[in-house]
Amino acid sequence: MNLTSLHDFLAMGGYAAYVWPAYAVFLAVLLADSLAPTVRRRQVLRDLRAQLARQAARRARKGGATIPGTAPSPSAPPPRSA
Amino acid sequence: MTHWIPLWLHRLSSPPTFYRFAGAVWPWAMGLALLAGAIGLYGALVLAPPDYQQGDAYRIIFIHVPSAWMSMFIYAVMGVASFVALVWRIKLAEVVAMQSAPIGAAFTFITLVTGSLWGKPMWGTWWTWDARLTSELVLLFLYLGVIGLYHAFEDRRQGARAAGFLAIIGVINVPIVHFSVNWWNTLHQGSTINVFGASKIAADMLWPLLVLTLATKLYYVASLCRRVRTDLLALEGGKDWVRTLAAREAAP
Repeated sequence: MNLTSLHDFLAMGGYAAYVWPAYAVFLAVLLADSLAPTVRRRQVLRDLRAQLARQAARRARKGGATIPGTAPSPSAPPPRSA
Repeated sequence: MTHWIPLWLHRLSSPPTFYRFAGAVWPWAMGLALLAGAIGLYGALVLAPPDYQQGDAYRIIFIHVPSAWMSMFIYAVMGVASFVALVWRIKLAEVVAMQSAPIGAAFTFITLVTGSLWGKPMWGTWWTWDARLTSELVLLFLYLGVIGLYHAFEDRRQGARAAGFLAIIGVINVPIVHFSVNWWNTLHQGSTINVFGASKIAADMLWPLLVLTLATKLYYVASLCRRVRTDLLALEGGKDWVRTLAAREAAP
């Protein structure tokens, strides 16, 4: 592709100001949409690991001397933070 | 009660199974979407000849029409998934419905913006309150309403049920969008592509349109898989399979 035809291509027959923004919006919106789950996944896993660490610390603090009936049950779901 | 549902479908609706399944599916769907997208864009911008009336401005059709189809298709998926979720209380159906909404809203937004950018040089206006444009705008508001209602509840499953109900009511708008160009006088041009019968478009313009339609469909599958996977992790945070997974991914 030589420079003239590249210039013609970019000019879009005089409609460059409409065609290129349309394609840019299409690509930008879909790019943002595809980044969203990555960001959220990282957040969810980070929160979850922090929660697990807190629970492990709590268990370690209590040590073996748990009072009957107050021991945290490992099977119970943790309270939702968000 | 649900004995007619095939066993494999039943198993697939279990969150850990679907998590793995979606994890296997999305890289292929995304790869194929990018491939089809690249081929389609090349065909749309380089190979297809200019239109005899609209010049090169008509090239917006190659992203406008696939996005518009997706805006309606995703809404229909969301409606069906919401129905399944409300009737059978299947958690995965709720997740699929609610995670479809942002993708559908994205495609509806693209449709409106690209349509506006096409309308200015061809009709001389960015916007007009005619049937097709207005009903598509209502579709965007329906998506935003579903997303907003879903997040308005403290309890996510309760929110999903309320938003699912709204989604089902809003399904009525999908045929209105589709048939608006036939039912009312409108500035918007009629259907170019005809499933039953001859399409009003040349073959070298048609194939990029169809390839890009395929690309947007595949993209939806990939994006939905990724969103559903993430949401299942958040929803099932108390379960062993998620805790194991979180601990395993902590290493790097």
